[in-house]
Amino acid sequence: MTDQKPRSQTILVVGGGISGVTTALEAAEAGYEVVILEKAPTLGGRVAQLNRYFPKLCHPTCGLEINFQRIRKNPRVKVFTMATVAGVKGGRGDYTVTVKTTPRHVRPNCTACGDCAKACETRVPNPFDYNMGETTAAYLPHEMAFPMRYVVAPQVIGTPDADKIKASCKYDAIDLDEKEATFELGVGAIVWATGWQPYDANRISPYRYAHIKDVINNVEMERLASHNGPTHGRILRPSDGKEPKKVALIQCAGSRDYNHLAYCSRICCLASMKHAAYVREQYADATVDIYYIDIRAHDKLEAFYRKLKVDPQVTFIKSKPAEIKIGPDGGPVVCGENTLTRELYQTPYDLVVLATGMQPASAVDRPAMEVGMDDYGFVVPALDDDGVFAAGVASGPIDVSMSVQSATAAALKAIQAVSGAAR
Amino acid sequence: MSAAKSTGVYLCSGCGIGEAVTMGELEKVVTKEFKKPVKSHACLCGDEGLAVIKADIEAGTVNQVVVGACSPRTMTDRFRFPATQVLRSNLREQVAWSHPAGDEDTRMMAEDNLRMSLTEAAKSTLPEPKIDGEYSSVVMVVGGGTAGLTAAHEAAQAGHEVLLVERAAKLGGNAANWSKRMPHRPPYRAIQGNDIDTLIATVTADSRVKVKTGCTVAKTSGMPGKFAVEFSDGSGATVGAIVVATGWRPYDPTKLGHLGYGVSPDVVTNVQMEGMLSGGKVARKSDGKAPGVVAFVQCAGSRDPDHLPYCSSVCCGVSIKQALQLREADPKVMTYIIYEELRTPGVAEEFYRAAQEAGVIFMKGKVKSVDKALTVVVDDALLQQEVPLAGVDLVVLATGMVPNSTNIDAPTPELDEEKLRVLHNDVNPLSPIKVAGYAGEAPAPLPAPPDTLPEGAPILNLQYRQGPHLPMLADGFADSHYICFPYETRRTGIYTCGPVRRPMDMGETAEDATGAVMKAIQAIRNAGQGVALHPRAGDLSYPMINLNQCTKCRRCTVECPFGAIDENEASYPQVNETRCRRCGTCMGACPVRTISFANYSVDMLGSMIKAVNIPDEFDEKPRILILACENDAYPALDMAGISRQQYSAFVRIIPVRCLGSVSLLLISDALSVGFDGVMLMGCKPGDDYQCHFVKGSGISRERLSKVGETLKSMQLESARVTQVEASIADSARLPKLIDAFVAELDGFGPNPFKGF
Repeated sequence: MTDQKPRSQTILVVGGGISGVTTALEAAEAGYEVVILEKAPTLGGRVAQLNRYFPKLCHPTCGLEINFQRIRKNPRVKVFTMATVAGVKGGRGDYTVTVKTTPRHVRPNCTACGDCAKACETRVPNPFDYNMGETTAAYLPHEMAFPMRYVVAPQVIGTPDADKIKASCKYDAIDLDEKEATFELGVGAIVWATGWQPYDANRISPYRYAHIKDVINNVEMERLASHNGPTHGRILRPSDGKEPKKVALIQCAGSRDYNHLAYCSRICCLASMKHAAYVREQYADATVDIYYIDIRAHDKLEAFYRKLKVDPQVTFIKSKPAEIKIGPDGGPVVCGENTLTRELYQTPYDLVVLATGMQPASAVDRPAMEVGMDDYGFVVPALDDDGVFAAGVASGPIDVSMSVQSATAAALKAIQAVSGAAR
Repeated sequence: MSAAKSTGVYLCSGCGIGEAVTMGELEKVVTKEFKKPVKSHACLCGDEGLAVIKADIEAGTVNQVVVGACSPRTMTDRFRFPATQVLRSNLREQVAWSHPAGDEDTRMMAEDNLRMSLTEAAKSTLPEPKIDGEYSSVVMVVGGGTAGLTAAHEAAQAGHEVLLVERAAKLGGNAANWSKRMPHRPPYRAIQGNDIDTLIATVTADSRVKVKTGCTVAKTSGMPGKFAVEFSDGSGATVGAIVVATGWRPYDPTKLGHLGYGVSPDVVTNVQMEGMLSGGKVARKSDGKAPGVVAFVQCAGSRDPDHLPYCSSVCCGVSIKQALQLREADPKVMTYIIYEELRTPGVAEEFYRAAQEAGVIFMKGKVKSVDKALTVVVDDALLQQEVPLAGVDLVVLATGMVPNSTNIDAPTPELDEEKLRVLHNDVNPLSPIKVAGYAGEAPAPLPAPPDTLPEGAPILNLQYRQGPHLPMLADGFADSHYICFPYETRRTGIYTCGPVRRPMDMGETAEDATGAVMKAIQAIRNAGQGVALHPRAGDLSYPMINLNQCTKCRRCTVECPFGAIDENEASYPQVNETRCRRCGTCMGACPVRTISFANYSVDMLGSMIKAVNIPDEFDEKPRILILACENDAYPALDMAGISRQQYSAFVRIIPVRCLGSVSLLLISDALSVGFDGVMLMGCKPGDDYQCHFVKGSGISRERLSKVGETLKSMQLESARVTQVEASIADSARLPKLIDAFVAELDGFGPNPFKGF
């Protein structure tokens, strides 16, 4: 044990999704200084883009609002958006972190009045809707964005529209010349909470995600069902905007497969059952088929499975579909063999949702420091690691509730590191 | 607040406010009606605007600031000044952005919002924390298994003293009998050693941890920072926060006769198998021989409505581990795992794969029966027929986990009727999960399990008005069912972790225990500073009861969702401040307005309601009061403004901490001053509640069901008062609901009390 106080008692949290925000708040509400770095223009991460959570079917933004209020009221939490870690030097209790910021082109004095969006004519794909819809090139990421500040898309910089945007701002908040920048932070502990991204469905070539408009992935389904999504919450086929009455949900699209993600992403079974509930809520006469290998409704979540199973319009089919063909009308036809009945099927659907798995963001953007990682790209610091911890899906494929647990635990480990406790 | 209150009002004309209304007219409301100084600025949140406010504060002319600008949900960090109470009047999201610019009704709304905020300022003060005597920083951990030992270790590592209480004579819990563990670290394939002895040694060697074995908690009273605990050995302690890590027990196998338990001695449970593995000898009880063929029966008692309805989560992994151990010891041993759904979620998939590669045989099907000759009859899913599996030497039943939410070895206490009712309320044997709102024919409901109360003694035996138990959710697991806030608890400062919360393995348990300690430490540190915990984290206000007016009706003590209010010997309510979460449900419950917070009271809300100018009945300008939950409905109304949705400007919106804090007196106040209708907007109540204060919106609904009588006595239509379920995602729906309600009220004509 050492009585020596570490040089820095500040905790750095990399990633501002539900896990990062939780780690930061739990530590800050116990009296510690915390800095959150978020790559996107707003906190909230993937959960802000979800319509509802399983199994309660409540809205993720409900908890986010509470968390954002906690941040607003707590001066010990500092937030940097559009910021990533470029490098780390030092060790437990005394890290020097180089932070890289990408330009937002909007200064902190933005009041979110919206005049820039009104002035802007250029439209760009909306990243919040996974590019399913468009937004003006000067935009508020979404109605609950935190911080409540606009963003000017890089596509518009250098065009006449950029000047219009700048001229429209009464508060001189537009900075068209903003460049990438770096600054240094001294911190005592680092928590990686960089989360996940949906596995690229294009890599599962037999499913023809890029070729059939009505084959979408599960995160797109969330946006279709969200009141602030591209269809204002109505689940409609992307091809023709019609109501889908026959829907297939395909499990393990990329998960439990050595060619893609070797692990089980854990959340997809329940997410798909939630999607079945979305469809059934909106369309009384719709039928939903769920193609699965094993239904993994672990622990108390079994109750959700049980309730979906009694719905006569939801059918569980044990099968991993071999391919999705293009039907005569251009729609998806799901083909394969039913593992239980050994029957071959070729079933046309109005809409097919691929339950793509969670790929750790750290597998794609490797952390800019030496830290233990497993073969999948999850951050698993060595047991004797200095002051670096992982929280949420950065640490493994887990659901939101488990992520919050993991993030709360990571907050304690970080506190131990910055308070100079024994290891 | 010691210094006299001196209020300054600052108005912003930016972001469209100046276009929507004429600032001069707003200023007049402040100066003429309230005789307060007012300054307007074109961008109050900018440096220049803030400097105006700061200058007045520094000059000492102002110590309470009313900001008429954007929503209180924005610019919070800018409009924060030391030792100064800041009140926000929402003129942007809920006025300028939701109503037509230059319109008379928009102006009237802005003026009323300002009147309400100025009244709020007059009726409230900056709260000062209540700090009273000594606070303990000791973390008490109940249960000395994996969860409890980890909790003790992590709390000590964070610098806290720990008191670890274990019912058994020895530490280690279930894990003490385990041979090996499932893998939790990369590459997630190899079985790990059981390191529980190392953990026990570390904890017992730690001078900061005091261990009491062979001991249970006899009684717990007090509150976070000051829990007074009495133990079964007669000793006592004061602790700051409590981590409950009482773990699990195996499901009673004698109820599994159909699976051969008790029929043949060679049908054992996975726990008994673990005992044999750690003893080094796996043998049949019948003849002492080593088994050559072993069948593992999954879901033995789990996922079965007649036994445990839930999935016990760990059993698939445990059977895989035991099968691998058997095959490692003797590769000739045949191992069958008979499962319905193989559940190795996450990275555990790799462990499943390792078992497949090692020759463990997996059969998909449901075991129908096991007889004395160990014939295992499988309803084989692939063959779609019953297959008798003969030649099995040993059957292992993968029995599930039952949470130790009570001490099953101690007698069930007798509870009076009222405590039983509370217990029924807090212990929910039904799953709280509902598949909501089908448009078509709803699926048939599941048969409800018998409404049984937990057997055994309460773990902490809480001396709370709300009874001795920790609230339990479906199937007897402890709080919480919030997805975003899994540690939230209805008994502040007491956190559960490990399998008492939900079925989980040792790796998850260790992490869960660490998280629970985080919350315990946070509770301790905030208790000592008089600061509220989640969800009103940082709040310094607390309920104050004027006992002179109290009628001892006990509504506040009964309705508090957190059991924060006890009754003293004279039957007066007694607030335990550090248990309180500041929702104000007690304030809403009190029929004689005796409960108030420094910055929130029935008087304050009532005065705000009365501050609204009610046009007379010939003006055809109805007024509708909206009391909106500040956590969900109020933000949704803000977001309606952000997306520039328009709704009737006849409404006047007041945010409330929770609908639970709304007193019926406010509704009669509103109607008697001439409001034409009242709309309460709150979260979803019921079993799968979304209320951040557990049951505030439900209590409000219950109270409202009784408002009909009051309305009748006033000769008003009961539909003039309504409660709507609002979620935060309702920014598009609420404007429509508001307009529909205004139209409905139009049918009733004006409130006849107008002008009286």
